[in-house]
Amino acid sequence: MIELKCTTVGAGSFALTDLSFRVEKAEYAVVMGKTGIGKTTILETICGLRRLRAGQVWIQGVDVTRWATPDRNVGYVPQDLALFPTMTVREHLQFGMRLRRRDYRHMLQRVNEFSEILGIGHLLERNVRGLSGGEAQRVALGRALAFGPSVLLLDEPLSALDETTRLTAQTLLQEINRKTGVTVLHVTHNESEAEALADRCIRIESDAGVARVKETLRRSE
Amino acid sequence: MSPSPSTDAPLKQNRFRQLRDVVFFLVMGGLSASFILLIVLLLAADTLFTSPADFVTALQKPEIRAAFFLTLGSCTLAAILSLWVATPLGYILSRYQFPGRSAIDTIVDIPIVLPPLVLGLSLLILFHQPFPGSKWLFPESSWILESWFRDELKFPITYRWPAVVLAQFAVACAFAVRTMRVTFDQINPRAEDVARTLGCTRGQAFLTVALPQAWRGIIAAGTIAWARALGEFGPILVFAGSTRFKTEVLSTTVFLELSVGQLDAAVAVSLLMVVMAIVVLVILRWIGAGLSG
Repeated sequence: MIELKCTTVGAGSFALTDLSFRVEKAEYAVVMGKTGIGKTTILETICGLRRLRAGQVWIQGVDVTRWATPDRNVGYVPQDLALFPTMTVREHLQFGMRLRRRDYRHMLQRVNEFSEILGIGHLLERNVRGLSGGEAQRVALGRALAFGPSVLLLDEPLSALDETTRLTAQTLLQEINRKTGVTVLHVTHNESEAEALADRCIRIESDAGVARVKETLRRSE
Repeated sequence: MSPSPSTDAPLKQNRFRQLRDVVFFLVMGGLSASFILLIVLLLAADTLFTSPADFVTALQKPEIRAAFFLTLGSCTLAAILSLWVATPLGYILSRYQFPGRSAIDTIVDIPIVLPPLVLGLSLLILFHQPFPGSKWLFPESSWILESWFRDELKFPITYRWPAVVLAQFAVACAFAVRTMRVTFDQINPRAEDVARTLGCTRGQAFLTVALPQAWRGIIAAGTIAWARALGEFGPILVFAGSTRFKTEVLSTTVFLELSVGQLDAAVAVSLLMVVMAIVVLVILRWIGAGLSG
């Protein structure tokens, strides 16, 4: 579960005030809004990479507003993916688990499990340089998921993909959400993407810097 | 107004345009060649001036051998110390905004712009001037940095080899910091951000994500620091002196030999330095290529 309570998020001279929304556990939420409204800033604030100017951030029923980034247990896939150029695909998937000192057998099992779901099993020993856009996307997803975060934040994850790959990736994201029960917050400006994925669609508009949020809930299946 | 229709005029080759391209290459090539030529001519002149026999004779002199080994050791030590300091400093300057950042940026550049003799003199004064405030703190004594090193640590600095290394380090480090800063500027900080969301502290993100990406820059910074240390002369002369078998490095050898009229020896040592520089550059390139392969 993710909840923002009357938050002001900002970067430099830009700010969006009085932003509140709540995403329930295991829900797939899509955040929409015009370019430049601060969608990326919102995700970075939830991660703790940006300091909140006002309000509170709650994750899994805990107020994490003042918590450091590593403590928040959030899986984050930025728009530019930001893979680690010196590591192999396997090292990417293991990265979060290594930091949590998981034992070797556990890591091996998780890596196998997620590389199978993501279809990157054959790439495990490859360096991430030279991967295609779709493959890099999956590696970034695997890196964010394998350590078992409670929340997954996706910043326009499908924008760089061609139409066919995009549809496959959409199915994959939905599958991951169902299988792992991870709460997903997915930022996009693509209507059809939102239509296909969202349990909850959060549209953000800015009224002279004050956030206006419109939510639509999809019929539960 | 309608857009003008595409023209049906027959294609015509413009030979004049091709000629202008040739002129372009001639001008660019000519200007570039003038510098390359200058360096090659300098080296050629040195080589022609001395004979292989002179070269060998000069290199067999024990004082020049001592200077050679001191140079090799002190440059390597100065380069390692420079990297040790430049990597964190370059990272901080590249990644963080904090009060006093531009002041630090300027201070780092001071050794680059300062005349070398002034730097040497400043080092000498720093080590030998009573510490301001020491009279007030300890009325009996005047606290001097050099005496503290000599008496307390039993490790005197001035006019010994540590002075050589310190003088080389003061300049070499400034260049290494510049290089490391540019290196980290070119590395995407997002990867470190993501590493932190995965559970890294800032230190872990630096060590596991940023540093492995910076190895090319580290090699470049090490090379530059080593090369600057090799060419260092003024500060060493002032701060370490030029005592044969003690603080004489190759750059001061050239000066000493020149000052007593031994032009042959001076040129031979100069050539030796050229060879050393080339060998180090090639080795470091080779290491770099090996790492990337």
